[in-house]
Amino acid sequence: MRPRLVVGSPFQILLLACSFALAAYAGVRLLSGDWLGVALWVVGAALLHDLVLLPLYSLADRAVVRGLDAAGRRQWAMYVRVPAALSALLLLVWFPLISGTVAARYRSATGLSADGFLARWLLITAVLFGGSALLLAHRLRRATKRRPPAVH
Amino acid sequence: MRHDDPRLPTSPGFWRSPLRGTWFTSVLGLVLLVGITVLFVTGLLSYAAYNPDLAPVNDQTPDKGALGFYLFSWPTDPYWLYRVTQGLHVTLGIALVPVLLAKLWSVVPKLFTLPPARSLAHALERVSLLLLVGGGLFEFTTGVLNVQLDYLFPGSFYPLHFYGAWVFFAAFLAHAALKTPAALRAVRGRRPDEEESVAPRPDPPTVSRRGALRFVGGASLLLLVTTAGQSIGGVWRRTALLAPHGGADPGSGPNGFQINKTAAYAGIDTQETGEEAWRLVVTGLGGRTVRLSRTQLLQLPQHSAALPIACVEGWSTADQWWRGVRLRDLAALVGYDGDPPDVLVESLQRHGAFRRAALRANQVADPRSLLALQVNGEDLSPDHGYPARVIVPAAPGVLNTKWVARMTFGDL
Repeated sequence: MRPRLVVGSPFQILLLACSFALAAYAGVRLLSGDWLGVALWVVGAALLHDLVLLPLYSLADRAVVRGLDAAGRRQWAMYVRVPAALSALLLLVWFPLISGTVAARYRSATGLSADGFLARWLLITAVLFGGSALLLAHRLRRATKRRPPAVH
Repeated sequence: MRHDDPRLPTSPGFWRSPLRGTWFTSVLGLVLLVGITVLFVTGLLSYAAYNPDLAPVNDQTPDKGALGFYLFSWPTDPYWLYRVTQGLHVTLGIALVPVLLAKLWSVVPKLFTLPPARSLAHALERVSLLLLVGGGLFEFTTGVLNVQLDYLFPGSFYPLHFYGAWVFFAAFLAHAALKTPAALRAVRGRRPDEEESVAPRPDPPTVSRRGALRFVGGASLLLLVTTAGQSIGGVWRRTALLAPHGGADPGSGPNGFQINKTAAYAGIDTQETGEEAWRLVVTGLGGRTVRLSRTQLLQLPQHSAALPIACVEGWSTADQWWRGVRLRDLAALVGYDGDPPDVLVESLQRHGAFRRAALRANQVADPRSLLALQVNGEDLSPDHGYPARVIVPAAPGVLNTKWVARMTFGDL
């Protein structure tokens, strides 16, 4: 039996046709310059995110959870995940400034020093991991104190 | 069947996180529904603030066609208007990055769903999702790069970010229309007709769904508090630890506030700005022209206005106390008594998209609009536009032309 073409919701088709028409009206203008470069950026952004960035951070997360699991400390995952993710997020958003790739232009255009960004990001990272470690230590101590002394 | 092999992402069993599900996706989706709508509206306002329909020199997107349908004369009241709308646009955009990433994470299994299309409507929806995800990431990436002066993108920022926004928003509207009803049902606690992206064999949880949402919210908050200070100014600028115009001011004293482009960067030659060399050329009704030295300008009636500098990059300064000649008084010098017309302002700077910029009649007429010669009680520094610069309430920073050489009054 040959598969029959299923049409689906006519409302959805009309809505999407309308959306495509508007996107095309803006799209021909978006692509009027370096069309290949822009198309590569739009499609590349989606592919790079879905097929590179997301798998990479998922694998890193899985490695952390498995490592803690092997040590019998699975419940500590968030104490590693939160500071690591926050630090990585700041690096992702402010990468040009932190890495210094725009340092020369930044300094010459704004009259500001371009040197502090890496140091500040490292300090924030240290505070995040340090704070997380302190919080974990504090919670562990409280849990130990609350345990009844019946083990003796 | 091959697509049930849990080693392949096409199999539902491949996805193990116990967090994914309609409720989690819906909460993030509704946050983005509100947030991205605010980004789009403030973005359109910023576009209007440049008065692109006034003169070709203001227009970075001459083939905008119907996309400029809503344009209006940008007002001068309240004087902090652009400071607020553009500070909101950039700060909110940065704070929404973790929400966007979390939302994309929560729905990624659907990217690999087989069969690729269940119906014609579903196939079209998947094409639309490419525009949604690609367009959204394109808008966030170009914005985040531009505020850091990292012009990697293929073309000029203004047309890319403006036309890209319309492509993205077209897909966003369709997606919102298709998904919002179910998302609202899900967050109101009703069971969805069809649970989406739920792992059939989830790993044991390391965090609850609410805990994960707090995590995303905390990430947004971290970006917010380390960015917002560059748009608030004062002591708060110190809290913007990683933002391009956070931390310390570039100098001290009356001219110590934030600079968009320094005199050196703009290619200003000090020989051209000296008292002997520099003359302001003002042209008006019927080609009537006057040439004024800085000393002659200082002899004209001087007025003051406390106004901020607010940049398209989202940062701004607190109100600075400017002093100089009213633009409408300069118009009167060249024959426009009473109702002043538009003006074309030209700078000494060698390059930059806005070395020539037009101001509309309502901006020229405002008594706070000045050709400033001094700021905070001292002569302008070279980096703030010596010998003279324009300052107009509520106008984007680049329309406050520095190192002014020529002003041509008349209907543009």
